[in-house]
Amino acid sequence: MTLTLEIIGISVLWMFLFGYVIVASIDFGAGFFNAYNTLTRREHILTNIIQRYLSPVWEVTNVFLVFFFVGVIGFFPKTAFYYGTTLLVPASIAIILLALRGSYYAFATYGTNGHKGYTFMYGITGLFIPASLSTVLTISEGGFISMVKGNPVLDYWELFSSPLTWSIVVLSLVAVLYISAVFLTWYANKAGDHSATELLRKYALIWAIPTMITASGIIFELRGHNPEHYARILDLWWVFGISFLMFVGTVWLIWKRKNYGLAFGLLAAQFALAFFGYGVSHYPYLLYPYLTIYDSFTNEAMAIALIVAFIAGLGLLLPSLYLLLRLFLFNKDYVRGNKDNHA
Amino acid sequence: MGNEEAVFFSRVLTELTLSFHIIYATIGVGIPLMIMIAQWVGIRKNDEHYILLARRWARGFVITVAVGVVTGTAIGLQLSLLWPNFMELAGNVIALPLFMETFAFFFEAIFLGIYLYTWDRFENQKKHLLLLIPVAIGASFSAVFITIVNAFMNAPQGFDLVNGELININPILAMFNPAMPTKVAHVVVTAYMTSAFVLASIAAFRLLKGSNHVYHKKALFLTLKLGLIFSIAAAIIGDFSGKYLAEYQPEKLAAAEWHFETEENASLIMYGILEDGEVKYAIEIPYALSVLAHGDPFAEVIGLDQFSEDEIPPLYIHYLFDLMVSIGMGLTFLSGLYVFATWRRWSFVQTKWFRWLLVAGGPLAMLAIEAGWWMAEVGRQPWILRGIMRTEDAATTSGQVDIMLVLFAGLYLILGVGSVVVLRRMFRKNPVEQEIEDRRKEQEGDFS
Repeated sequence: MTLTLEIIGISVLWMFLFGYVIVASIDFGAGFFNAYNTLTRREHILTNIIQRYLSPVWEVTNVFLVFFFVGVIGFFPKTAFYYGTTLLVPASIAIILLALRGSYYAFATYGTNGHKGYTFMYGITGLFIPASLSTVLTISEGGFISMVKGNPVLDYWELFSSPLTWSIVVLSLVAVLYISAVFLTWYANKAGDHSATELLRKYALIWAIPTMITASGIIFELRGHNPEHYARILDLWWVFGISFLMFVGTVWLIWKRKNYGLAFGLLAAQFALAFFGYGVSHYPYLLYPYLTIYDSFTNEAMAIALIVAFIAGLGLLLPSLYLLLRLFLFNKDYVRGNKDNHA
Repeated sequence: MGNEEAVFFSRVLTELTLSFHIIYATIGVGIPLMIMIAQWVGIRKNDEHYILLARRWARGFVITVAVGVVTGTAIGLQLSLLWPNFMELAGNVIALPLFMETFAFFFEAIFLGIYLYTWDRFENQKKHLLLLIPVAIGASFSAVFITIVNAFMNAPQGFDLVNGELININPILAMFNPAMPTKVAHVVVTAYMTSAFVLASIAAFRLLKGSNHVYHKKALFLTLKLGLIFSIAAAIIGDFSGKYLAEYQPEKLAAAEWHFETEENASLIMYGILEDGEVKYAIEIPYALSVLAHGDPFAEVIGLDQFSEDEIPPLYIHYLFDLMVSIGMGLTFLSGLYVFATWRRWSFVQTKWFRWLLVAGGPLAMLAIEAGWWMAEVGRQPWILRGIMRTEDAATTSGQVDIMLVLFAGLYLILGVGSVVVLRRMFRKNPVEQEIEDRRKEQEGDFS
């Protein structure tokens, strides 16, 4: 694998998708925990922490996803033909849920003083969105799309009766809850909110083991479904090995109530390694067996223009993101709720 | 579902999404500038009312921006889901501005989050105002980049198509296509204009509904001054748009103006109806079409006779054109009258009936935006990419578009009703008189 424009393009996009997976998981999980605690009448413990974190950043989360799919069409226009045609239903459902979730978040936060029905909807959509988005990963493994009269057609029965589909759905749900719990444990601890920290720590530990079990289960499923991909995963065993060690590190730190910040760092590294390990082993296919990053790639002029735009854009974004994090995420007064300067 | 049906439902769904999104997108592009101007005036004049105006607008803006964001995500994905063949081609040539739009939007989203949560955090108000500049720039540039893509659909360039293969692709040339300058300027300026009239509507409505607070009068005067400036700008740019069309898309201009025969000294047809190919009840303005198209009353204007039957857009776009232009002119006149009369201290602008006219201004401006976009999109038919790809060849082959149409229609209904209810409740619960009182108490509390 040499560093071609194709590789640069897919790496950039994969990075942003990883960013989305992390920030969106925190958001989705937070919504679920909040709803669950409202249901069990313990909302007072978590609501504050979750509101403080989500309010200034909710809009930013969405952009990561938009960035990814706009970038995919830019770098790999042929994906529009294959995925655009076949993903109509799952992607539309995901958009509708995202739309309801995003706008009602704003409605409830800025407009009114919370409503229980809304809280539950926020919690539930947070689980359905990763579930529907994760089916795209399943479809990319091949075996669900056939070509009929030159057009790709998705076989829904095949998709929904496959154990691979459901293991990936379960993994997405479990991972969302795990990532979110670990992050919020750290955040609650920074805010000095002891009871919230303890509750979230418990959630983090509960969801840790299922995350590992389902992730391993998927690798096992792939052996039957897509042997080529499975073999490439085994070639990269060391990446997944290191990722596992990071996982152990996170769980140990949380168990011992030590350094939650480092625990979240290890978690991010664990998921980054697994995510990139998965991505690299998927190479060169975007969609088994029809589409590789090479035959779907855009022309050279566009690729270079996009990469230049990307670097320039990053030069603008990184300082702004840093400012956002410094003002809210890493600002003691804000995190602890000493200051509220909302318009 | 046959392909014809898939094309039909894809068109309906896209039209529905765009018609809904454009309301929130227009507000999203224009309002940050209005907030910025109000806050700046407030700081300069040291007038709490303008600062409060900015603050209350910002609060309402968050609600509309949320709907704008999620429906924008919807249209972004729907382009690929409903028009995969178009996006495959377009992705090769015009992906750059689409990609840059996400950056502009990212930039806006970050600073909007910061701006909203840092009221009163700075000693110096000007610092807080500075945070709004990236929001306004990001919002306007989102519109610029997306409109560039639309301009490309009208006047594609920057590539060669040889035996179905794209060669010599130049993304920069594709961006700076002939349709781009007038289209971008028109979209951005009318977004400012519409936002100003929408805000003026609200102020006029509050004045009518019994609140005689000077706060609303200041708001009304400020927004109508801005509305006047931007509507004059929109008219000037509209004139340039006519010249662009005459040069590059004569069939669109001819269809919009019901100009059937190519001729010199062409007159402009306003209003009227079309019956069996005959124009009835229309107002004809001699030479005006030649002036609009070429800036010369005697110039020749190409008519529909130069085009084959299957390349002519539907003729009903004439009604849309008339609607857009009439509203635009009407609002220019209305705001001009208000500003002039206020300056001359004429009292009729304080009367009930005049205020009702001003209340109507906001919704009318939004209607003009809709009519303008319908005309722009329908007027490009039968092409999705003019001269290159027909709309019917671009659509998905998927059989489930009709069900998605129902789902999305439900979504927009929920979002539309939800945003209106929330906005109403937000400002009802906290009327400006009460907020001014609260702030006064707060400040007195500081000194005690």
